[in-house]
Amino acid sequence: MGQKLKLIKNKAGRMIPAVVNGIKSVPFKGIGKHSPSGVKSAPPISSCQHYPESGNKVVASLKEALEKCNIKNGMTISNHHHFRNGDLVMNKVFDILAETGKKDLRWFPSASFPCHEPMIKHMENGVICHIEGSLNGPLGKYASDGNMNGLAVLRSHGGRWQAVQDGEVHIDVAIIAAPTADPFGNCTGDRGPSACGLLGFGLVDSIYADKVIVVTDNLVDFPCIPWQIQGNNVDYVVVLDKIGDPEKIVSGTTRLTKSPDRLYIAELTAKFVKAAGIMTDGFSFQAGAGGTALAFAIYLKKMMIEAGIKARFIRGGSTKYLVEMLEEGLTDYILDGQTFDLEGVRSMRENAGHVNTSPFTSYNWHGKGNFASMLDAVVLGATEVDINFNANVVTHSDGQMLHGIGGWQNCLSSKCTILPIPSFRNRIPIIVDKVTTLVGPGELIDVIVTERGIAINPKRKDLIKATKRSGLPIRKIEEIKEEVDDLVGAPLDKPNFTDEVIGVVKWVDGTVLDSIFKIAH
Amino acid sequence: MPKKKFFSGNPTAKSDFYVEFVPNNSGGVKIDIQSKTRALHFSKLKNSCQNTLADLKVKHGTLSVIDNGGQYFVLQARIESAIKSASPNNINKSLPIFKKHAQYKSSRSRFRRSRLYLPGTQAKLMLNAGIHKPDAIILDLEDSVSPIEKDAARLIVRNALRTLNFFGAERMVRINQGKMGLEDLDAIIPHNVHLVLVPKVENAKQLKAVDDKIQSICKKCDRKDPVYLMPILESAQGILNSLEIAKASKNNVAIAIGLEDYTADIGVQRTNQGRESLFARSQVVNAAKSAGLQAIDTVFSDVNDEDGLRASVQEAKELGFEGKGCIHPRQIIPIHEGFAPSKSEIEKAKKVVIAFDEAEKKGLGVVALGSKMIDPPVVKRALQTIDLAITMELLTERWKK
Repeated sequence: MGQKLKLIKNKAGRMIPAVVNGIKSVPFKGIGKHSPSGVKSAPPISSCQHYPESGNKVVASLKEALEKCNIKNGMTISNHHHFRNGDLVMNKVFDILAETGKKDLRWFPSASFPCHEPMIKHMENGVICHIEGSLNGPLGKYASDGNMNGLAVLRSHGGRWQAVQDGEVHIDVAIIAAPTADPFGNCTGDRGPSACGLLGFGLVDSIYADKVIVVTDNLVDFPCIPWQIQGNNVDYVVVLDKIGDPEKIVSGTTRLTKSPDRLYIAELTAKFVKAAGIMTDGFSFQAGAGGTALAFAIYLKKMMIEAGIKARFIRGGSTKYLVEMLEEGLTDYILDGQTFDLEGVRSMRENAGHVNTSPFTSYNWHGKGNFASMLDAVVLGATEVDINFNANVVTHSDGQMLHGIGGWQNCLSSKCTILPIPSFRNRIPIIVDKVTTLVGPGELIDVIVTERGIAINPKRKDLIKATKRSGLPIRKIEEIKEEVDDLVGAPLDKPNFTDEVIGVVKWVDGTVLDSIFKIAH
Repeated sequence: MPKKKFFSGNPTAKSDFYVEFVPNNSGGVKIDIQSKTRALHFSKLKNSCQNTLADLKVKHGTLSVIDNGGQYFVLQARIESAIKSASPNNINKSLPIFKKHAQYKSSRSRFRRSRLYLPGTQAKLMLNAGIHKPDAIILDLEDSVSPIEKDAARLIVRNALRTLNFFGAERMVRINQGKMGLEDLDAIIPHNVHLVLVPKVENAKQLKAVDDKIQSICKKCDRKDPVYLMPILESAQGILNSLEIAKASKNNVAIAIGLEDYTADIGVQRTNQGRESLFARSQVVNAAKSAGLQAIDTVFSDVNDEDGLRASVQEAKELGFEGKGCIHPRQIIPIHEGFAPSKSEIEKAKKVVIAFDEAEKKGLGVVALGSKMIDPPVVKRALQTIDLAITMELLTERWKK
């Protein structure tokens, strides 16, 4: 249900609930203003004497493993989302939990996908109380409509580690779908019929959960080499016939955008990176698997070859395009956060320069530093930006919650954050006066590249100066907005929000950045 | 008996509208709108419907609109089209505001290397077309528009001409053949169309008819600047009459060849090598040059074959063509690069222009480069090469310094 809650205003000027799902919220205080103290949360002490000396932790069925975990009503069940829309495990898990009469569970995935639509049924019948994790597609719509019991809590990939380490989320049982595993629970994602590349999103679950179940359809003799998740953290191993639908886990071939507008935006972005002096020997960048980001990498690659420049590392979302750069010697390393196609999986398996990472190394607020802030440039998407460079990735202008945050917020700490986005989508302008939902504070967003020009955040005087004589179409963001408003017929109506909250957006440090309100129908 | 419905559009076409109108003699106007973006666009859609009906002086009837994310100028055109099919005698118009960015002028001698064809009903493709910097944008009323959409396309193109910014591209419309083409002109000429492409011209008379009609419309709407013409020759007859066609109007600026229809007309397959059309293409180049016009090559229709396109542009350039049609923005850059002067061409042109400047300074009637005399056409050609090089950023405007 949407909830009428006591709202307080945070430092970003956004109204947020004072209490979220029973926990008192810490309102967003500004970038870098929140430093929690104390000690990190930890799993209960275990003892090897309670585990088989043979190392064989295989149990007969998923049901048996779940029963052994002694799940109580109200507990938290987690999983990684490396299987994306091809996951065949989590629906089974909740079907069993429903069958055995469990209620009020919290599902804590690192992301959900349209294949998880059956969870709606489990929310309707009270098995799941609410979901904390990115909500995409049908689940996003279900929550947007105010049908979910608790509040949706949207966190970044780094924010998920932070929440677990802060003790804000305690994982009772973690389910780790593993493309290849041994009976001890060591497992890897880089091989097996359901290969997904790496298992980095499940690492925190494996370390901090009370109970850990590894589910595989490719059991190998001990030791499973390499192991990405250590069996020493695993309680039970379950073997199923099939844990994933390979075609939906990774795509056979990643397709580039054919949209001439998006290709142009990608090309402008690459030219900007060069003109701003970022593309120098030993530099680093991150580009995801979205069509525009991929095309950006291809344009940048062409320029790197022409200029004889080599990167030290690229962070992905890896795809065959990044793999080609690695294999052609244009970068020393790919530091991979998730693998998007079969070429990425192969490369991770075969190439020592293709390294699996996790949100801990890359994004974690409670790490002693993280990789994201070391990146020279990062290229990200957005559903909306505003004239103060604030950006939104979770809702659309009509107020519907449709996407998760992913690593997006964490990446904003790079040295140059660039959002290549079309200036309008289907008659809806992307540059607005004020974002519907604040997900990325404008002070961290440096450049917006649209097909109608490039806007540089006025705070980045260095970038403005560096690209002044580049010949690139650099314009004021207000000017681009005005042009697009004229084209699409803005000002448009505002969505009719109620005062009922359906979800909150966390900032990377665990404070509450914004609320998502229910739309009136 | 149910009342007759008059409609425009297709209920499932994306980025468009489907409009249905049921006339009535009383009861006022009723408007029903279905839209996926209702939350953001409802007021605007409603206003737009009301204003359009008011412009058209419609007092009674039921208007139903299915909005699939089209542009407002398309909605206006769709409503006008539905209303006019209900009452063909309604002479009122609903014109969107004529935007200032739609009022720039063209010139006779501008480059026409690339001209991007856009189907006249596909407003979605028009919105960002100018961003890809083709030399010209063609809003097409002919082959890319199905027969039942002809009336609506005319109004959509008219409204697009008034509304959209094509960022300096020459604003062209390809009209239909024959009588329908002459009717197209009424709709588009008053709205700053720079150039009219006339398809399948076979003799001077046909082109004259178009030119005369344009002149009479210009007089009526008090348009002073010229409307240029580009006849497209796409039959054996047209090719053989190319010279009379080239000289048929002072508003001709270029002649184009259309090879799909031409090869069908002479009964051969169109091949990538293009041997079957060598005569026709050379004929068009010669007719154009002899009349002082630009010669423009046909479109290259395989969007995914960039190498093929580049080879085709290279060949066109070698034959004497100065431009080529395109059907996708991705073709623009290869075409521009293909028509770009080579380094040695630029160097030679620079020398000629400098020699010309010096001759002028010294008041000499004859230009010489070393011991060689240079004819005026060579100078003219060199100036064009320099212009093109500057346009393509191969040379700075201050190259003499």
